[in-house]
Amino acid sequence: MTAGRSKARRAPVAASGNPPGELAGLEERAERLGLSREQLLEMFSSMCVIRRFERMADQLYAMGKVHGTMHLSAGQEAVAVGLGRAVRPDDYLVNHHRGHGHFIAKGADLARMMAEFLGKDTGYCRGRGGSMHIADFDANNLGANGIVGGGIPITVGVGLALQMLKRQQIVVGVFGDGAANEGVFHEAMNMVALWRLPVLFVCENNQYGMSMDVAKATAKLPIAQRADAYGMPGWCIDGNDLLLVYETMRRAAEHARSGSGPVLVETVTYRYFGHSKSDRNLYRTKDEIESWKQKDPLLLLREQLVRSGIASEAQAEALDQQAQSAIDQAVAFAEASPQPDLSSLTDFVYA
Amino acid sequence: MPEMSYAEALRSALREEMSRDPRVFLMGEDIGRYGGAFGVTFGLMDEFGPERVRETPISEATIVGAALGASLLGLRPVAEIMFMDFVLLTLDQLVNQAAKARFMFGGKASVPIVVRMAGGSGTGAAAQHSQSLESLLVHIPGLKVVMPSTPADAKGLLLSAIRDPNPVCFVEHKLLYKTQGLVREGDCTIPLGLADVKRDGKDATIVAGGIMVPRALAAAERLALEGIEVEVIDPRCLRPLDVDTIVRSVRKTGRLLVVHEACQTGGWAGEVIASVGSSEAFAYLDAPLRRLAGADIPIPYNRNLEQAAVPQQADIEREARAIVQARI
Repeated sequence: MTAGRSKARRAPVAASGNPPGELAGLEERAERLGLSREQLLEMFSSMCVIRRFERMADQLYAMGKVHGTMHLSAGQEAVAVGLGRAVRPDDYLVNHHRGHGHFIAKGADLARMMAEFLGKDTGYCRGRGGSMHIADFDANNLGANGIVGGGIPITVGVGLALQMLKRQQIVVGVFGDGAANEGVFHEAMNMVALWRLPVLFVCENNQYGMSMDVAKATAKLPIAQRADAYGMPGWCIDGNDLLLVYETMRRAAEHARSGSGPVLVETVTYRYFGHSKSDRNLYRTKDEIESWKQKDPLLLLREQLVRSGIASEAQAEALDQQAQSAIDQAVAFAEASPQPDLSSLTDFVYA
Repeated sequence: MPEMSYAEALRSALREEMSRDPRVFLMGEDIGRYGGAFGVTFGLMDEFGPERVRETPISEATIVGAALGASLLGLRPVAEIMFMDFVLLTLDQLVNQAAKARFMFGGKASVPIVVRMAGGSGTGAAAQHSQSLESLLVHIPGLKVVMPSTPADAKGLLLSAIRDPNPVCFVEHKLLYKTQGLVREGDCTIPLGLADVKRDGKDATIVAGGIMVPRALAAAERLALEGIEVEVIDPRCLRPLDVDTIVRSVRKTGRLLVVHEACQTGGWAGEVIASVGSSEAFAYLDAPLRRLAGADIPIPYNRNLEQAAVPQQADIEREARAIVQARI
């Protein structure tokens, strides 16, 4: 039984009509999706920025410069970027605690993100939130959440408001495989389906809720099949295949935007770092981590870009280095920024 | 000035705000045709339609979470939680999310939601439908907690709560819904955080909230026959609490009794007493600061036990006499 479940989680079910999750024929697939060479390179570049950001965040923590914990998403970049490019920039985002990649893909300012990590007054939350609560309301980024599943009901309300205000935007609610077992998952899925709200729910299944294997925590996989119970589309896809994520999310967003109601997409992926900074990786093997690194979304895309002649190895390397420069600049800004003034301690509790 | 019931006053506030502001909408269980478990929203669905009087599945956490999400886009949801006991199902959304959104996002978010809930005992509904949990909510920075005791206050405070840019918990009392009172017509807002002196007196101050206000006033009438004049203050809003009005009264009377239905341990009476005890009123005290609260037990079903579990008029009279006779 356990083996069967494990098999289910390793073998995502492609959304019906989607191409199989292999990266052969990148050019052909990009052309079919209407993606230009520049767009592909921009997506690669964005994934590099996320990876570099997460590594830097880890380093800063090791150096004692980050006061609190953080939840790194290295390995999950294709989900963030594929999703981020498939929706409109003015669509709303309700994020989860492992959400740095989604913010970066939505165009967040790296310097203000890094400043928030360092608890500075120039950070997105003026040092009040840290890694778990980055939000940029001006960019319709409604914030990350420290409570597993806590953003799911909020997403319902954003979708309800969009419908009541007759807007053309949708809301994307991202959560993890762990959150799918919170009670509000059921409440929210029922409500968005009942009211046909313009909601795209993305369950980022990275295999573990902290240390808990998704197959040991979930009676039936994939999680996306639960959508059927609510009468809404549910698709489970390979979350490490950038173009598959992009294509599926585009289709899902169109569905939600057209007034046809919500969609649940499960993206099967993997995180390389531990759950948070207290994680000693006792619940998984090095072999397992290595096997996922063979399917690393960044590595696969880079190989494909080079093999298909979209970018030379040198160009790809240059983009990666540019990403590092952007991160370095963000760190410099954050380090030079002031601490919040102690006199502001009780600000922002009430409007 | 028309006379109306507490429930009608609440409905009147909802109707006026919905007419005045298209951003205001209601959501909750059975609030449409049924009119809500206590009839507060009766008829409003016919008037405003099912989109603005939105009936929900029995999903309290997501009702409050959805109110929060909608408020982030500028709408002004008023959520109804049928019994205050069920607010416990919403605490992640109310306490971890709504109360903290503005702060943890660095002052960017505003969460103008109202969560209405029916609290209190006296209906034989037993331990899971009779609680007075306001003290629990008062403890949370970021929330405002309002508890009206008269139809006029119910209307004025609900108007203000809906216009307030913060999450407001609006605690109604089941036994008050049918009580009658004069209510001004039109825009009769009452600021949140302003106590009301319900009765003037010189011998002692009674601070009482919710259903304890009419009981304290009835007790005051009896005590007046004995020559004891107590001042009765209804804080109306437990957070923010109007400490100034209470301190001013205690400076005058030198004696304080705080009465609430909520269980004593950790109850808001402690907060009032600590505020007065550490204020300039301390020097004017002629008696120890006292409280009279619900027993530290779940609310029992049996009528006699239920009545014995929370302060009644006779209990308030007894305690008031005791503090008037007490000397430091």
